[in-house]
Amino acid sequence: MTKADATPVLELTGIGKEFGAIRALHDVDMQVWPGEVVGLMGDNGAGKSTLVKIIAGNFRPTHGEMRFAGSAVHFYRPVDARAVGIEVVYQDLALADNLSAAANVFLGRELKRRFGPIALLDHKAMAARALELFGELRSETRPDDLVKQMSGGQRQAVAIARTRLSNARLVMMDEPTAAISVRQVEQVLGLIHRLKEQGVAVMLISHRMPDVFAVCDRVVVMRRGEKRADKPIHQTSPEEVTALITGAKEAA
Amino acid sequence: MAMPMESPISFTNVGKIRWWQRGIFASQTGYVLLALAVLLVIMHFASPYFFSQGNMQNVAKNFSFIAIATLGVTFVIITGGIDLSVGSMMCFSAMITSMVMTELSAPGSPLVHMAADGKTVLANVPGLILLISILAGLGVALIAGLFNGFCIAVLGLSPFVTTLGMLSIVRGLGYVVSNGRGSFPGGPDADYFYALTSGDVLGVPAPFIYLVILALTMAVVLHHTSFGRHVFALGGNEKAAELTGIPVVRVKIEVYVICALAAGLQGIIISGWLGSAPANMATSYELNVIAAAVIGGANLAGGIGGPLGAIVGCVLLEVIRNGLVLAQVSSYWQQALVGVIIILAVLVDRVRSRMT
Repeated sequence: MTKADATPVLELTGIGKEFGAIRALHDVDMQVWPGEVVGLMGDNGAGKSTLVKIIAGNFRPTHGEMRFAGSAVHFYRPVDARAVGIEVVYQDLALADNLSAAANVFLGRELKRRFGPIALLDHKAMAARALELFGELRSETRPDDLVKQMSGGQRQAVAIARTRLSNARLVMMDEPTAAISVRQVEQVLGLIHRLKEQGVAVMLISHRMPDVFAVCDRVVVMRRGEKRADKPIHQTSPEEVTALITGAKEAA
Repeated sequence: MAMPMESPISFTNVGKIRWWQRGIFASQTGYVLLALAVLLVIMHFASPYFFSQGNMQNVAKNFSFIAIATLGVTFVIITGGIDLSVGSMMCFSAMITSMVMTELSAPGSPLVHMAADGKTVLANVPGLILLISILAGLGVALIAGLFNGFCIAVLGLSPFVTTLGMLSIVRGLGYVVSNGRGSFPGGPDADYFYALTSGDVLGVPAPFIYLVILALTMAVVLHHTSFGRHVFALGGNEKAAELTGIPVVRVKIEVYVICALAAGLQGIIISGWLGSAPANMATSYELNVIAAAVIGGANLAGGIGGPLGAIVGCVLLEVIRNGLVLAQVSSYWQQALVGVIIILAVLVDRVRSRMT
């Protein structure tokens, strides 16, 4: 997919956010195209999570405009963002340990069969659909297994399968590789590739330079609430990005 | 789907969990059920009277007297909450029910109109007074449950403190409305009332029948409806439940209402058996109820529990009580033994989960 023939799935223009006297974000412009993996990097307090929370509908921006797939959007609650097709994979994955993988995938969106006035869960259909999603993600995860008994990579697959359920067009992943083993990091990066293959835009928020350089097409660096760089990954280097994050280099 | 399904996933790295390592076999409920079965066999050899029909009826009736409330409190425990007000709630609902029943039947009461034959108008419709008085008893439980749920889910107060307060409020109100004297079911419908609460069908005590129906309903609700799924999700990870769009506040209020209603119903049934609703009825029953739920496998940290466990816990407590009486052991030992069993049941589960 080339950039010329597609509308960006997400387009931010002049986004700013103030908390009282504190300016958390200032004049951020950004586009994300379908099937693109964008790395969002920056030190703690650089404004990454504020930006993510604005896109996910947790905060409303003080300034600027947000367009999703070409039309202007205003999110009042996270549910609004999810309704248009923005899903977030949270750092702690937001899974209920005591439930099965399929139950977690369908949490809050259960499939039901009606028997007169009573609606009962359709366990079979949910397990079948979950297995299909795990197949697409090429994750060896059984829908009936409890999340409690799963590896970090499998948990990540469950959290990502949840975003596939609604056919999300933009998936934001908050530090997906922060707390898991090296082998599982490989699995998670594989999952990101699967999403990309299916034309989903992915925003990867990460501190881990090797992961960003392994999967991202483009890297965006934030510092002190401003966007300091926005470069295709092959035109930059870990050294340059580090310099941009720490402020040794002002902008690129 | 954008991508065609390849061959079904092959599980080369991920082993299948064996049937005996999952579901009920891997739960505390399973172990306690096993312990209960062993105990029943021991009792059979220890006392020839244990399996007699009379004693079995007695056991079935006695555990049914706390088991319905245990079902209710299990809902709350699964969400990770606690309800200490069940004992007081039992008393208050029972009291209101018998007071309303007596009041509506009394010819001199200012609330009712007289028919031509000297009885009250309501008394001429068989069962109407009974229906109204039971609805009144459950109504006060509903209000108390809503109040608990509102304080916990909307105002964010701790369940322990809120329901501890409610324990005292409801008990106090019971003394206020009855002036500390307690009340008795009276009037023309009292016979129906006794038949429904302490009667039996083909030798099976009525409370036991209610218990079985309610437990089956609870099993379906917990495992086959989205409400049940949300109850478990809330106990497993409340933040996740909220992020995935589950109506957390509503589910929380609902479980406290269910718990209060179950306690109210339980109280009404007990008062039928006692023949009265004394003001100190069911004092400290909340401890028995919570103990039974915990022994049966409900986890106070939330996320685990079910109707089978609730009943198994109640049966175990009752069999031990009954067994100690038959074995002519001083009944003072009973309380101490119950405590030992609570700790033992939880300990076995902890050891098991460490091993796997």
